[in-house]
Amino acid sequence: MSKLRLPRAVWDAVRAHGEETYPCECCGALLGRSTAEGWRIETAVRAGNTRTDSAHNRYQIAAAELVKIEREARGQGLGIAGFYHSHPDHPAHWSLTDLSEAHWLGCSYVITAVAKGKATETNSFLLAGASEEDKRFEQETIQVTDESIDQDRS
Amino acid sequence: MTIYIPTPLRLYAGGQDAVEVDAATVAGALDALTEAHPELRNHLFTAEGKLRAFVNLYLNDEDVRYLPEKEETAVQAGDTLSIIPSIAGGLPPRRERLRRLL
Repeated sequence: MSKLRLPRAVWDAVRAHGEETYPCECCGALLGRSTAEGWRIETAVRAGNTRTDSAHNRYQIAAAELVKIEREARGQGLGIAGFYHSHPDHPAHWSLTDLSEAHWLGCSYVITAVAKGKATETNSFLLAGASEEDKRFEQETIQVTDESIDQDRS
Repeated sequence: MTIYIPTPLRLYAGGQDAVEVDAATVAGALDALTEAHPELRNHLFTAEGKLRAFVNLYLNDEDVRYLPEKEETAVQAGDTLSIIPSIAGGLPPRRERLRRLL
């Protein structure tokens, strides 16, 4: 199982976003630096959910906003390493819709379950595979990192 | 012009996050890109040669899909073309979730 290292500030920010937007889904991007050991996540960027017609069970980030996020990340020497969204009153597991609409192969998709307004479980799934035709989600271990201590969550 | 490569496709572009090409149109730029990096073709286009539906193209700040000439839009040397796969998802309707639990 691969591992996603999240600074505690990112972990907290992703979960807080899900609580703030409850009962709607939140969404955003995870930015990091590419290293020999994989992505080193540095920050999370909030994005608007354009699915205002069904925001309680759908999310979509506008392509124009993605371009802006990607451009600003590039300016800081960062790249889009993954995305996050919330599942209001639903487990932190990917859905068939999540998989069919996931196209960033090799990136992490972090999902937070928000039950009655409170963030509960947070899981990460790597979009594995070499192409659209054989893509699949593989669960990752999330390692929340502090300056002094590391804590494993799986 | 410069074509910005999204993270999932850099593996197929020699690890580069940007590729410089000489082209007269957006379509020509994509042709030049996939000629230089043939492995990108399957990730960008269907077997029928159409741009995959989830691949967004932005010429500078404009969505190519909404430009009058679309992919035949002329480009200049200083232009940038961003390739951005879409990002979306969601849950099945509540009644379907309940049905699965029964």
